[in-house]
Amino acid sequence: MIRYSILVFGILATFLIAMFGLTILPKIFIDEGVTEPVYFTPFEVTEGHRVFVREGCIYCHSKQVRPEGFGADFERGWGRASVATDYRNLLPHNLGTMRTGPDLANIGARQPGEDWHYLNLYQPRAINEESIMPPFPWLFEEVGEDARPAHEGLNLPDEYRVPGRKILPDDEARYLVAYLLSLDQQITGVD
Amino acid sequence: MGPKKELRVTDLDRSARYVVLFLIISGIFWLLFGTLLALLASIKMHMPDWLGGFGWLTFGRVRPLHLNTMVYGWASMTGAGVALWILSRLLKTPILLRGYIMVAGLVWNLALLAGSVQILAGSSRGIEWLEFPVSTMVVIVLCVLIMSASVILMIRYRRVKQLYVSVWYILAAFLWFPLLGLVSSLPIFDTPTVQAGMNWWYAHNALGLWFTPIGLAAAYYFIPKVLGRPIYSYGLSLLGFWGLALFYNWNGFHHLIGSPLPTWFVTISIAASVMMVIPVVVVAVNHHMTVVGSFSAVKYSPTLRFVVFAAMSYTFVSLQGSTQALRSVNEVIHFTHFVVAHAHIGMYAFVTMMLFGACYYIIPRITLQEWHSKALIKWHFWLTAIGIVIYAGALQYIGLFQGWDMNNPDVPFTDTVSMTIPYLMARSMSGFLMTAGHLIFAWLVVKMVFRTGEQPDAPLIWEKIRREFAL
Ligand code: HEC
Repeated sequence: MIRYSILVFGILATFLIAMFGLTILPKIFIDEGVTEPVYFTPFEVTEGHRVFVREGCIYCHSKQVRPEGFGADFERGWGRASVATDYRNLLPHNLGTMRTGPDLANIGARQPGEDWHYLNLYQPRAINEESIMPPFPWLFEEVGEDARPAHEGLNLPDEYRVPGRKILPDDEARYLVAYLLSLDQQITGVD
Repeated sequence: MGPKKELRVTDLDRSARYVVLFLIISGIFWLLFGTLLALLASIKMHMPDWLGGFGWLTFGRVRPLHLNTMVYGWASMTGAGVALWILSRLLKTPILLRGYIMVAGLVWNLALLAGSVQILAGSSRGIEWLEFPVSTMVVIVLCVLIMSASVILMIRYRRVKQLYVSVWYILAAFLWFPLLGLVSSLPIFDTPTVQAGMNWWYAHNALGLWFTPIGLAAAYYFIPKVLGRPIYSYGLSLLGFWGLALFYNWNGFHHLIGSPLPTWFVTISIAASVMMVIPVVVVAVNHHMTVVGSFSAVKYSPTLRFVVFAAMSYTFVSLQGSTQALRSVNEVIHFTHFVVAHAHIGMYAFVTMMLFGACYYIIPRITLQEWHSKALIKWHFWLTAIGIVIYAGALQYIGLFQGWDMNNPDVPFTDTVSMTIPYLMARSMSGFLMTAGHLIFAWLVVKMVFRTGEQPDAPLIWEKIRREFAL
């Protein structure tokens, strides 16, 4: 029976100590510095983050730049090393673990064109034939050529055009692009 | 209490029949569903426009659901069934709380179904390994807790004095997993980087503190059982167990090397990952010394064949993991397909193959039926074994180059994408092999459980080593 008690005690103690060390302790160390700044996060950006999570962009794009000298993130122009306040306290976190596509921590600065992003989201191969990024056509609306004359449709290459129709971004596409453009390390939105 | 009545193994197996079968068959259902999702995700990666118009089938939803159904459906449910059966045998006690476990299994299946719909509909929690909404996760944890209660009661009412090493591992797994699940569901991780820390503490421990102990418990049980000889060393078993408990717990942050989390947390995890070499080598030596001299038995026993393959994979994947945690190696392989392959060596070549092996032993004994076809079992083994070897080989090979080129700013990023395409296709190919293996396995189980067709008179597989029957 003593042996059994030692077993149970050991199983619980090893777990709880490490649990404290890797979840509670980081919280104690990091939280204060992250929650103090005031973030000006517009509604579009918060919603865009939600769409980013929903469509699983994180399974192909990391959002954490490694420090200079560790990998070539800096040399590739992906930005400076990420810091905890870059993430505007948007949850869930999306630091990511995969770079099937490029890191997006600073994409707003690298690729500031809204139309470019719409095109890339509607049909990535309209921009780069070798891209294996999925298309997200359900974030867009297909309307007749003459509908809504104030809005120009996406500037698609011929092979992706639907004759007599034009493609307009939906609200969700607009939110998502607002979110992508907010990923700019210069203006982290921090006070 | 007076001396308890001895129960014969056949009595134990009979009482385990419905609970264990229910858990195993539920697991197999999720295995097939998860396999379908795996194929979708894998093919979509090199054919991105295939089914590209359906939001609910986009890569970013199918891929996480594949992981979640395999982890919380297949491996957890079948793993729980296998663990409870082993425990019943080792403690000479029937599985307790059987009625409650049946209900828990039912609820668990429903939770998986609800969670699957939610992920496909776009309500993922968005945290890797924890994509099921918190509500689903909490339900699953409560179901496991009922089994944990059964484990504790079985140990309490056991009919043996000694607790064999497999019992330690199973007890640990059933204490660790509910704790892991509950902590990961707490709303206190409310800033991004802290949540990322919790994320990788959890995800690594789900493998290290749930599947690994169940897998090792099975290896420690089946290897000596099938060979009819005792495990090589009690001392090594002890060292291996406590080494795992001490070091595995601290491994998680090696997924965050180079991230904005404080370096010293990461350094602790790197050190712990390297220390994992000790329990891993100890377990490997212990198993190897038990098998040595009888290796040819893998030819006759399907259980042993799968289990030995799985045990060797465990050693390989763990040593690889310790290496991957080193900063200089991690600098190259982090963010590449290399790690994806590594995860599959762990969850497939080790955990899944171990569970297959266990099923080949357990199901005939609880159903009192025989496997129908020796040839199909061989096909199952070779399709899955060759499948996972191609998978791991292709992705780890190209993952290295992907990593080197990503770290060379002179190479355009697009090249790191296009170079992987042939290997992603090879991965889909390997996926078809494994799928075929799973279908064969499911077919064999269905034939056996639902007693369709003629029963063979004599055991098909065991004739060469009758010893195995001497319990
Ligand atoms: C299957 C993997 C995959 C998924 C999922 C994915 N992407 Fe991509 N993404 C890529 C690839 C590959 C590239 C282009 C790489 C190249 O240059 O060839 C890319 C490129 C990009 C770029 C341009 C990056 C740059 O530096 O030029 C942006 C922006 C982007 N993706 C955003 C997204 C968003 C937003 C989502 C989710 C809605 C998403 N991606 C989902 C794989 C993916």
